[in-house]
Amino acid sequence: MTTLKELSAKKELFTGGHRLCSGCGIPPIVRLILRSTDAPIVATTATGCLEVGSTIYPYTAWRIPWIHSAFENAAATISGVETAYRALRKRGRIPDRDMKFIAFGGDGGTYDIGIQALSGALERGHDFLYVCYDNGGYMNTGIQRSSATPMAAATTTSPAGDVIPGKQSWRKDLTKIVVAHDIPYAAQASPHNWADLSKKAEKALKVKGAAFMNVMSPCPLGWYTKPEDSMKLARLSVDTCYWPLYEVEDGILKVTYKPKEKRPFEEWIKPQGRFKHLFKPENAHLIDESQKRIDLEWQRLLDLDGKRV
Amino acid sequence: MAITAIKGKTALTGNSAIAYAMKQINPDVCAAYPITPSTQIAEEFSSYVADGVVQTEYITVESEHSAMSACIGASAAGARVMTATSSQGLALMWEMLYVASGMRLPIVMTNVNRALSAPINIHCDHSDSMGARDAGWIQLYSETVQEGYDNLFQAMRIAEDSRVRIPAMVCLDGFITSHAIENIELIGDEDVQRFVGEFKAINPLLDVERPVTYGALALQDTYMEFKYQQSQAISRAKEVVIEVGKEFGRTFGREYGLFETYKLEDADTAIVILNSAAGTTKVAIDELRAKGVKAGLLRPRLFRPFPAVELSNALKHVKAIACLDRVDSMSGFGGPLFNDIRSAMYELDARPRIISRIYCLGGRDYKVKDAIAVFDELANVKKTGVVDELTKYITI
Repeated sequence: MTTLKELSAKKELFTGGHRLCSGCGIPPIVRLILRSTDAPIVATTATGCLEVGSTIYPYTAWRIPWIHSAFENAAATISGVETAYRALRKRGRIPDRDMKFIAFGGDGGTYDIGIQALSGALERGHDFLYVCYDNGGYMNTGIQRSSATPMAAATTTSPAGDVIPGKQSWRKDLTKIVVAHDIPYAAQASPHNWADLSKKAEKALKVKGAAFMNVMSPCPLGWYTKPEDSMKLARLSVDTCYWPLYEVEDGILKVTYKPKEKRPFEEWIKPQGRFKHLFKPENAHLIDESQKRIDLEWQRLLDLDGKRV
Repeated sequence: MAITAIKGKTALTGNSAIAYAMKQINPDVCAAYPITPSTQIAEEFSSYVADGVVQTEYITVESEHSAMSACIGASAAGARVMTATSSQGLALMWEMLYVASGMRLPIVMTNVNRALSAPINIHCDHSDSMGARDAGWIQLYSETVQEGYDNLFQAMRIAEDSRVRIPAMVCLDGFITSHAIENIELIGDEDVQRFVGEFKAINPLLDVERPVTYGALALQDTYMEFKYQQSQAISRAKEVVIEVGKEFGRTFGREYGLFETYKLEDADTAIVILNSAAGTTKVAIDELRAKGVKAGLLRPRLFRPFPAVELSNALKHVKAIACLDRVDSMSGFGGPLFNDIRSAMYELDARPRIISRIYCLGGRDYKVKDAIAVFDELANVKKTGVVDELTKYITI
């Protein structure tokens, strides 16, 4: 495994000067992932915070070839790039060397509008890595709910109203859906645990075929939290087991981090403005229901740990 | 595939001829999704891939939206890219058509014309490609299987020309042309390769030594300049279409221009019509000419960019013109061909009378008598100078 010293000595491929918010989870995720291979990388990004924040013409934060084409099609776009690579390499029109292809998308562009293109690309088995930065909502357009938004969280399209207390459905478990495609590698990660994230990215970029990483991405703007608390909140999302760290490699599931002391869900949501209404007595049951769901899911993962899924 | 003849005439359907042309071009990447009536293009091209007669990498995408998205990724990466679709498929691509042209990617696509839902209908009209007429793609329309086949090679040259670099769409009529068997003249593989030449990528993503950013956000200070350059580029395509059509004629004996005319030189009434219906109209013109009626035809081949000056010059001596649209733009003011032709003619000092007739939507048969009825109407307009109905549905 690469050490922090080695990682920090690598060339920065995603530069400073981009316009993502302070405390945003996306830049550390992107920078860590781009450091996880020595092969040349071509990347695509779905429309969203990362795209808007990194490429306001005539500036670009990308020191690698990069393309954005639309919102729902990062997986289809990278399919085209990766296929062109194979076609031109076969015909001897580009140097005969290994290259890596990465698609980045937010949860809106991945769980929702882009799930069809993602599923298609995974099924076809393109040799690429799809990275979803999951901040639990359409943050770029002003914090609307997505299917990754946690139950009961308030967003601008699932506001905590007098009658309806925030989002009314459980979040979609996209990693589970991706795993059902039987791709060689899928994982959940979080930027606060750089070692775990880097190791997973290294594996994901090494395997032949489609790989997927779902990465927790704190969003001070959409979560109504302090920028300086982002990594603490990322850690809490994992220590509460809301966001378990695990991987599925060639069909075998492995929980890569088990908290010594599992923290209550309440600890993660307490500092987040989007859950403020849950601390009114009439909504307390929603915290309990979420806790039960998290406990069940965590137990499911522990039961599957080390097994073929 | 059992197509072996490379010299002389070969009987092929429109779809087979397009798939064969794609085989001869042997593009780097093809991403396509099957849809009636263009399905056989994807099927037959898949056979060429499976049999190893092309080196193309074929992406069996899960939708037309992803087909065009993958074409965009592959083209930006530096590959020569082709695809084919129809109707709902083109409609689903709509968002990505603008991205392809805005990024100046010379993708070549065949659109086998079919009506748009609702009601669902699998047969020919032009609502699909006309819906995409403002997407920034070059549009070439084809009367016959031969022309569709010939247009595909020319489209590649036009799209990839360094003065243009704009994606191109070759349109032919669903079933009427796509499924009709026609004896066509095939070009030899080597001649095709010589004509289309080698693809030269500009700023490809796969040139990792020179990293480029595609698809940046351009705001109020720069967006308009991008669009201005795109507009200039598609305008330049007109000259390239003429050049390439002439070269094609010199090389293979079949010359193409911006449009085709039939007995138009001395005509005092004329029909302007796209694609296969021109053939039927020519038969009607022959019948009328035998009776001494000076009827003529103009069939646009290049519709985008719109060769307004050339079209109005060719039509300016005609007294009464009917623009027949196999699509209704639902503006309440006639079809798109009518509107563009009529607008082009406005610059003339003495303008012909011009009427709009919407015909044969959803694959309804266009008959010689339908064309004759339009010419009868035009004769009356010419005689009286009065247009009773400027826009009207016919064949209903």
